[in-house]
Amino acid sequence: MAADYGEVKFFGAGGSPFARRVQIALKLKGIQYQHFEEDIFNKSELLLKYNPVHKKVPVLVHNEKPLAESLVILEYIDETWKNYPLLPQDPYQRASARFWSKFIDDKCLPALWKAAWTVDEKEREKGVVESYEALQYLENELNDKKFFGGETIGLVDLAANYIAFWLPLLQEVVGLNLLSNEKFPKLYAWSQEFVNHPVVKENLPPKDRLSGFFRARYASITANSK
Amino acid sequence: MADEVVLLDSWASPFGMRLRIALAEKGVKYEYKEEDLSNKSPLLLQLNPVHKKIPVLIHNGKPVCESLIAVQYIDEVWNQKSPLLPSDPYQKAQARFWADYVDNKFGDCLRKVFTSKGEEQEAAKKEFIDCLKLLEEQLGDKPYFGGDNLSFVDVALVPLYSLFKAFETFGNLNIGGDHQCPKLIAWAKRCLQRESVFKSMPDQHKFYDLICENRRKRGLDQ
Repeated sequence: MAADYGEVKFFGAGGSPFARRVQIALKLKGIQYQHFEEDIFNKSELLLKYNPVHKKVPVLVHNEKPLAESLVILEYIDETWKNYPLLPQDPYQRASARFWSKFIDDKCLPALWKAAWTVDEKEREKGVVESYEALQYLENELNDKKFFGGETIGLVDLAANYIAFWLPLLQEVVGLNLLSNEKFPKLYAWSQEFVNHPVVKENLPPKDRLSGFFRARYASITANSK
Repeated sequence: MADEVVLLDSWASPFGMRLRIALAEKGVKYEYKEEDLSNKSPLLLQLNPVHKKIPVLIHNGKPVCESLIAVQYIDEVWNQKSPLLPSDPYQKAQARFWADYVDNKFGDCLRKVFTSKGEEQEAAKKEFIDCLKLLEEQLGDKPYFGGDNLSFVDVALVPLYSLFKAFETFGNLNIGGDHQCPKLIAWAKRCLQRESVFKSMPDQHKFYDLICENRRKRGLDQ
């Protein structure tokens, strides 16, 4: 159980993978916090006050000091609450964890979104190819580890949460098969470990709501293209 | 055992410049290897297979890629002198936040200004000035973003800022931000007085020629 480190406020939004990264980390470390659920289409005054630069979730406020950007928040949480470490101590391994987390945000997720949400066939195909490349890199990096962090969930696992939970629902809605046991057996096995982890599974959005959201969005995109 | 440090870099790269500054601040001896970006070496492709980009820091044979990640690595390994990140976790997080802002928002705005023309460029310039103003506000009356000493955010920003200034000075590109950001101008001058920074700067004339060539190739200028 975490010692008393003062007041923690967390601003999240149910469907946001970035917010969920932080929520899972807070739960893994047993941190007590006040949860503020944001409607991203109608953001609260408080959120805009705490994150004026990007106006997004997640935001963590610790003793009235606000922080934004999920990976920045995760490192702060890790440095402040030392139990259940998310990053290794060795500088080279830390650099590697940061590299793969950034890779997921900068290359992998944009490729997946391109593949899923682009109506133009050529662009979509490019997105699919880029997605396969990105997932292959992650497959290789994971290798035979249970988690990217080793035996326990680490920074990269949290960064990759979209791949484990959002992607399988998304690909079903948009008719793609990016992550599968056949193509990426290690990554697939990891995704099952991740979503079934006792803490993680309590802190994921409801599947039907997420699928519903994807279906509505897909319908509007394909309707607009006609 | 002596450390073996190699930097794969390119003279004009603002990202490489970040590492050159960090290594100089820490007094780390290293071997500089210039990469021809039009003909990348097998070493670069082997050590950074994912992005195939410079800079790559090679420490005792092990590569560290992505400039801000490498700067943090340098700070953590050579931690006896010139700390670039504060020890307080909140201030460290703030530094990481603003460095991320520099890389993503500021960097994107700068790229748009460079790679557009006409109306699109005018819109890009406006957005860019907003970024400058926000950074100016963040700097406040401090000598450096990190306070009294050069630190992570300064190292992240000064190469990109210098790139923008070179283009603005030599070209006819008037961003018009100067009168709105006097503190940033003063900050840049202050940074440039540090040996680690001015020794890491590319030759400004060569630099401008390169920018012009890039714009010509993209069909943006004649």
